[in-house]
Amino acid sequence: MTMIQAINDALDVTMQRDDTVTVMGEDVGFFGGVFRATAGLQAKYGTSRVFDTPISECGIIGVAIGMGAYGLRPVPEIQFADYIYPALDQLVSEAARLRYRSAGEFTAPITVRSPFGGGIFGGQTHSQSPEGIFTHCSGLKTVIPSTPYDAKGLLIASIEDNDPVLFFEPKRLYNGPFHGHYDRPAKGWAGHPDAQVPEGHYRVEIGKARVVREGSDLTILTYGTMVHVVASTLDELPDAPKADLIDLRSLIPLDIETIEASVKKTGRCLIVHEATRTSGFGAELSALVQERCFHHLEAPVQRVTGFDTPYPHALEWAYFPGPVRLAQAFKQIMKD
Amino acid sequence: MMATTPENPVWTGANRPPLRLHVPQPPARPGEAPDFSAQAIPPVGETPRPDPDTPAAQMQGHAFGLVRVLDLDGTASGPWDPQVSPEVALAMLRAMALTRAFDDRMFRAQRQGKTSFYMKSLGEEAVSIAAAFALDDEDMLFPSYRQQGLLIARNHDLVDMMNQIYSNRADRMKGRQLPIMYSVKAKGFFSISGNLATQLPQAVGWAMASAARGDTRIAAAWLGEGSTAEGDFHSACTFASVYRAPVILNVVNNQWAISSFSGMAGGDETTFAARGLGYGIATLRVDGNDVLAVLAATRWAAERARGNHGPTMIEHVTYRTEGHSTSDDPSAYRSAGEAAAWPLGDPLLRLKDHLIKQGHWDEERHAAMEAELMEQVRTAQKASERHGILGHGLNQPLDTMFEGVFEHMPWHLAEQEAQMLAEWQAAGLPDIKREEPGA
Ligand SMILES: Cc1ncc(C[n+]2csc(CCOP(=O)(O)OP(=O)(O)O)c2C)c(N)n1
Repeated sequence: MTMIQAINDALDVTMQRDDTVTVMGEDVGFFGGVFRATAGLQAKYGTSRVFDTPISECGIIGVAIGMGAYGLRPVPEIQFADYIYPALDQLVSEAARLRYRSAGEFTAPITVRSPFGGGIFGGQTHSQSPEGIFTHCSGLKTVIPSTPYDAKGLLIASIEDNDPVLFFEPKRLYNGPFHGHYDRPAKGWAGHPDAQVPEGHYRVEIGKARVVREGSDLTILTYGTMVHVVASTLDELPDAPKADLIDLRSLIPLDIETIEASVKKTGRCLIVHEATRTSGFGAELSALVQERCFHHLEAPVQRVTGFDTPYPHALEWAYFPGPVRLAQAFKQIMKD
Repeated sequence: MMATTPENPVWTGANRPPLRLHVPQPPARPGEAPDFSAQAIPPVGETPRPDPDTPAAQMQGHAFGLVRVLDLDGTASGPWDPQVSPEVALAMLRAMALTRAFDDRMFRAQRQGKTSFYMKSLGEEAVSIAAAFALDDEDMLFPSYRQQGLLIARNHDLVDMMNQIYSNRADRMKGRQLPIMYSVKAKGFFSISGNLATQLPQAVGWAMASAARGDTRIAAAWLGEGSTAEGDFHSACTFASVYRAPVILNVVNNQWAISSFSGMAGGDETTFAARGLGYGIATLRVDGNDVLAVLAATRWAAERARGNHGPTMIEHVTYRTEGHSTSDDPSAYRSAGEAAAWPLGDPLLRLKDHLIKQGHWDEERHAAMEAELMEQVRTAQKASERHGILGHGLNQPLDTMFEGVFEHMPWHLAEQEAQMLAEWQAAGLPDIKREEPGA
């Protein structure tokens, strides 16, 4: 199953089980979403549960909060994560704090799905990775799958979670894992072990990282598309370090135990994300690792990230963290 | 059904009917016959032309009428007839035909893998062309992504536009923007954002600045009917109204916002022009496929702005004949016959018929003009492709990525730039040489 199919399946399964689950967003209804993530749902569950919305991100999230307060479980889609900014106030000032400020009288059990990240020549407004903005705001969970299996299990867990969850979908992975080489044909999900998606209901716990592979030289912390780019770089480099590759899967809450145990074992930590570097989530990871594992570290914690420029269109492949940047970082961190 | 629990009540008060959620539906979907019966099209001449200094409160009817000049048989009449000379009408015809030829060529270029993306304005060319002819060259335009006609009508260099589409070495935007997201300050054309509606408050701000400085220039902005749902649209209306900003807010109602029909933006309940009423903004609803009507309405709004009588909102009733973009397949969500059934016809053909009827034009000259414009576009394309195309990989020197994030580069960007260049070198990949401007 592709990641898009897994997401569609997760929505279908939860909608079947719980008639309070409500899907809304620009083009999600009849058309089934510009990426087809909600295809077929309106025909199956009707327009009161799956509906198009006006093009108003702030309206979509504000209305979702109100529906959540009524007792529904809204799953709003923001068509591209780049367009989440008009909804920032509703997310940050309202959804994030409703439980706290009302002492639990009201909650916002919403799951905001949104495709994010680059690698598709989407230019400045179809490529950004805004997760760091939200992890900075207390009260929001941030979940990012990297495989079809996780996408389904994590989405179900997010929808069933009583807190507001931002569910960022790496759109580069919708139709297949990505090795980071823009000039090589990309493979589809068919045959990939993580594309075996069970039928029906299952959850992947939010806040538990996945150890993708184990090694003793180095801990690599990453999520989303970069999980695959790192894995294939490790496979391809003749002198690649033996790394614990950790897919965080959820940034808030964060699986600090897995991180701590791994870094204490390996003594080195490399953080990889597509988002711009400064004040990105990598900065938080780096601080956590050095606060908790300082005496075990054999080299400075390093980051491989996107650059601190707006996302460029034509130079996308010089911007996108790929095998070349990773190889340099491996060399440096193993030398230190 | 949903369980009724104290946490999740579904109240069913005695004797009260259950509430129902209304979700608007378009009149036709794929496989169904197109249906435009809900489009009220008043005859030419029915919508009066008030003086441009009429208080907004006295113009409520105009939000529900339709400014029209050209009958579908090609006759121009009524109070809004701008009485343009044949030369001006022919120039507008030419600009529309050039826009169409340009769109066609660039759409095909995307299909041939020469660039990543394209968006056509087929069927709604009159909206931009007539506006460009009605405004002064000094007036500032804040377009959305479907007003390439503004640049073409202002005689902007096609090669420059294509360079941007190809993200090539001569692209003044240095390959930073999606194709079609032009910025041409020299032509009073503001940098296009991919984020919908953001340019409206900016246009109002530009107009406020012009007024605050005692300037004489006005501003105009465009957005789709779907985008009127964005908060920015409403902020723009409030500011425009409060400060009587010399601005024209154009709502291009082309019936569709990707797969969502205009009812999804509230179009079933009232007109888009009527949105201006609540803000105290003078509003006009205009036949957007009638280039003479758009010209007349825009001239009216410009006169109003220049006389310090405040902003105007214009709803252009038109139809998006093609897909939303090269990434879109409209046959998945709308009736196949819709474009042909659109009751306001084709703006280019309507003006052409009018000019032929008036004896200023004929089929032979039209065919010759189309051939000539096609050739002009082809020549421009060749010239542009000499600077490279996106489909052949990188055309930008790598360091352009770091230029201009700020006026002066802070240390962290300088460090990242050095890192990227080292990385590129280590991988044995060549940098691209910068092309001298004008090369
Ligand atoms: C803030 C924001 N939200 C969503 C989008 C995605 N999007 C791009 S175009 C579009 C439809 C716009 O429709 P409309 O305003 O009617 O303009 P049209 O394309 O018809 O000219 C959408 C939803 C976006 N670009 N920006």
